[in-house]
Amino acid sequence: MSTTATRKAAKAPASDRSKAESRLAFKLVAPAIALMLLVTAFPMLRALYLSLFSYSLTAPDDRTFVGLDNYWTALSDQLFWRDTGNTVLIMIVTVAFELVIGFAFAMVMHKLIFARGVIRTSILIPYGVITVVSGFAWQFAFSNTNGFVNSWLPFVGDDFNWFAEYPSSMIAIMASEIWKTTPFMALLLLAGLAQVSEDMIEAAKVDGASWWQRLWKVILPNMRSAIMVAVLFRALDAYRIFDNIFVMTAGANGTESISFLTYRQVIEQFQLGIGSALSVLLFLSVLVVAFVIVKVFRVNLADARQEG
Amino acid sequence: MATDVKSKVGTGIGVAAILIWCLLPVAWIVSLSFKSQESVTNGSPGFFPSSGGGAGFSNYKDVLTDDAFGRSILNSIGISLIATILSVILATLTAYAVARLEFAGKKFVLTTALVIAMFPVVSLVGPLFDMWRTFGIYDTWPGLIIPYMSFTLPLAIWTLSAFFREIPWEMEQAAQVDGATSWQAFRKVIVPLAAPGVFTAAILTFFFAWNDFVFGISLTSTEAARPIPAALSFFVGADPFNRPASLLAAGAVVATVPIVILVLFFQRKIVAGLTAGAVKG
Repeated sequence: MSTTATRKAAKAPASDRSKAESRLAFKLVAPAIALMLLVTAFPMLRALYLSLFSYSLTAPDDRTFVGLDNYWTALSDQLFWRDTGNTVLIMIVTVAFELVIGFAFAMVMHKLIFARGVIRTSILIPYGVITVVSGFAWQFAFSNTNGFVNSWLPFVGDDFNWFAEYPSSMIAIMASEIWKTTPFMALLLLAGLAQVSEDMIEAAKVDGASWWQRLWKVILPNMRSAIMVAVLFRALDAYRIFDNIFVMTAGANGTESISFLTYRQVIEQFQLGIGSALSVLLFLSVLVVAFVIVKVFRVNLADARQEG
Repeated sequence: MATDVKSKVGTGIGVAAILIWCLLPVAWIVSLSFKSQESVTNGSPGFFPSSGGGAGFSNYKDVLTDDAFGRSILNSIGISLIATILSVILATLTAYAVARLEFAGKKFVLTTALVIAMFPVVSLVGPLFDMWRTFGIYDTWPGLIIPYMSFTLPLAIWTLSAFFREIPWEMEQAAQVDGATSWQAFRKVIVPLAAPGVFTAAILTFFFAWNDFVFGISLTSTEAARPIPAALSFFVGADPFNRPASLLAAGAVVATVPIVILVLFFQRKIVAGLTAGAVKG
């Protein structure tokens, strides 16, 4: 009662108050926005500029304007497409596995009445473990001299070298990626699962729907937005894959990702011109991936931004 | 009855699967860290250190007395903590404005945060490498703290805005009615209420900074600022196929201990924070 009264009273001389509010908001928001733009937008514009030059840090004085040549060089190079292909393959396979396994984990955790704390603690450990450590753990696990995977897998010879060829190297890389990120997926899905009304599931059960029908007709449609946001986040994260490849194969046997290629050009070979062009292309390809996912799966971005 | 038993068995199997999934690789790296360096060089396949091949704590001793690695622990702790504190302060201010105040550009703030959270980090290392050398902060703590801050801000802003929406804001209004300014109401009433959310955001931010690898290897060149993940990857030589596995495993365990401690104490808060940004509450 009194609250509504004061609100109405405060509304009348609103303009001064709301102007002050706006000013305060800008002051509060400004430092964070400035910092985020300083480290992203500004360097990105700089990359856009540098990408138009032939520019190597080993010969900084020879910087010459070459227009779009760097882009042409990158896009006509088979390496760029091979690495993009690897990246897309890793993204699709890992997100698919994470989604299925993560959902199974979420279902188990949702049903759980005992040992919730223990499970929650365990599931956070892969999430918290440094990616580099995960990469090492799996590289050594797959190693044919010191690992245990070969002796545990029935159809694999004890001296099989996982890192000697492309397909098995990719499997090892994806194993590490999937292991580390499935828990995050499971937690996001668990939160979505908690929002599905139990009454609705119960009603479907009473109406004679089988477990499978309840899953596909009731549970999944009702947690659609949670699934889509999880997929979007994880897919874009997977598209940036770098740490695991760096640690496990260093790009050997054609296992390079697009991030790794960019890193190699810039940091290892000091080719800032072509490296900047690759940076811009990497950024654009992430935008394309985001756009495709949002369009194909009709993700409601307001959910991700939690507006409403 | 029958279905009840079945579902209990199913849940039991599920729990076992989750535990194995989460803990087996961790147990493996711990087990590996106890294999002796000689046995690893000669090849010692298998999950456990084979009989006679155990090394006790000697790998840990070697790792912790290694100057480069010791320095990297210090770097990681210092850089991650400073980045976390600064990032959470800025995110708190921003999230307060987003959750509480009416202003044009709110959408811009949230969209910027979303885009940056998805930014391909590697595309920045080239220009940042160049810029940081010009500014003279290449291979220094601030050179890593600044990018860590800007990439943890989105997560912190989301988490905190979600928490801030749950706070009973009538109390703030009451304070304002009593004559407090917006700023006083924020500081005296809201900050204490918001502290748990802020703490959660801090843990998640710390995780990110502790985990970072791309900036860690690209923007450092010496021990002066190199954090643990980068130090681990550079541990011995560039040959990725012939590493001192057990020594690295010991280093990996050391790098994981702080994370495990945080998880053990704050699992509930971490889960709440992680899911707050993704599902409307």
